[in-house]
Amino acid sequence: MTRTRNTFLVIMITLALSGWPPVFGQAETGPDSAELDTLAQLYDAVAFDHAAHVEMVEGNCARCHHHTTGVAPTNPKCLRCHPGGQEADSMACKDCHSEKRFESAYLAEIAANTDRFHTDIPGLKGAYHRNCLGCHQESGGPTGCADCHARNEKGDAFFSSGKYAPKSPQKTSGH
Amino acid sequence: MKKLNRRFFLKGGMAGTALLADTGLAKKASAADTFGGYPDSMGVLVDFTKCVGCRSCEAACNKEQGLPAPDKPFDYMSVFDERHKGQKRRTTEKAYTVVNRYNIKDREQGPVFRKFQCNHCNEPACLTSCFVNAYTKTKEGAVIYDPTVCVGCRTCMIACPFYVPAYSYSNPINPVIKKCIMCYDTRLKFGRPPACVEACPQEVMTFGKRKDLIKLGHNRIQKNPEKYIDHLYGEKEVGGTAWMYMSDVPFEELGFNTHLGEQPIISYVKEFLTIVPMVLTIWPALFTGFYLLANRKEAFKNEKPSGNE
Repeated sequence: MTRTRNTFLVIMITLALSGWPPVFGQAETGPDSAELDTLAQLYDAVAFDHAAHVEMVEGNCARCHHHTTGVAPTNPKCLRCHPGGQEADSMACKDCHSEKRFESAYLAEIAANTDRFHTDIPGLKGAYHRNCLGCHQESGGPTGCADCHARNEKGDAFFSSGKYAPKSPQKTSGH
Repeated sequence: MKKLNRRFFLKGGMAGTALLADTGLAKKASAADTFGGYPDSMGVLVDFTKCVGCRSCEAACNKEQGLPAPDKPFDYMSVFDERHKGQKRRTTEKAYTVVNRYNIKDREQGPVFRKFQCNHCNEPACLTSCFVNAYTKTKEGAVIYDPTVCVGCRTCMIACPFYVPAYSYSNPINPVIKKCIMCYDTRLKFGRPPACVEACPQEVMTFGKRKDLIKLGHNRIQKNPEKYIDHLYGEKEVGGTAWMYMSDVPFEELGFNTHLGEQPIISYVKEFLTIVPMVLTIWPALFTGFYLLANRKEAFKNEKPSGNE
């Protein structure tokens, strides 16, 4: 029973974090590594060392996967509705944090569903960056954009940098 | 007979002036009503506590609006140290939005980064100041302008309480105003958020109906009262703006003008401006009439002796 369940969990996490099954690690701690590539446009995909992060948080999965792992939330405001901390159906970031946060359809859905309490859920991009960068800033991890994901050529063009950098520095225009 | 006529005319004139003064007063009373914005207009809520100063929004704006290449690449963070006549960076013809860094004393998380662009007022001062009607406040909430109509007088630059409109000084032939249009043509019109909003990795900005964002903002403050300043900048300032801001440090420390008041800028001049057409059209005719009548009496007196002779 546990075995089936664990296997199921691993598959869920794997599917959630990457497009294809990565190297499997211990079932309890999820995959060893994952490629975060669903949003990769200006940057290459993030090669996320899951195992290393599991070690860093000393096995406290809820440090990143907040209340979805079955660990009770610590915030008293969350506890009012989520006492004890039920394990969620999915631990995948993108099952709650929409990739399509800014599309009209998503905005309309949020607006139409008046019973919904959590109307302020960040999208997938926001969730990744706030979760990762927030912790990296606190714990002294790398915080530069390219420290986690290398910028590709499209990104260079976007930021007018690299070979797309302005040729000669001109005088900054006034008002 | 002539005398009677004159008296009648004067009487009528007095009554007319009184009537005009009356309607003027009635207009004054209604001038207190403000427009308050379109009911379903869109807006953006900016949460400075989340901004990390990566300048992706600036790059996105540049690409979306097809602006000229920047002076420095968008990944240069040295721009935060730039000073132009002692001031931090501001919007220019090449950049409709800029991010500035504010070093706050004793702030644990380090400096605050403030994104700056047009606030898209409910009752824009630029719009009311423009004598060629180049500006439009769309029902979606954007304050857009027609550069083909703009004569380049720069009145709106002076009228804007936020110092937003920039000027194409580089164009010697036909310089016009340049400013953020909330990506109206390419995105907002189709229900999509401005490019800067979508480009932000931290999702500092939330896009939605303005009235929903006000609720959302207050909700966020209520849930984290120890974190946020209890103020949504732009909710009420100068009659309300489409872009609103929340912060964990007082807004004055981020270069915001917190003394703008809640009245739209136009309400300061509305009463005066309603009288202008009346003064310009009626007063000349009225006083010319008075003058002629007064002189006519003199002329009549002068003529009398010669008539008796």
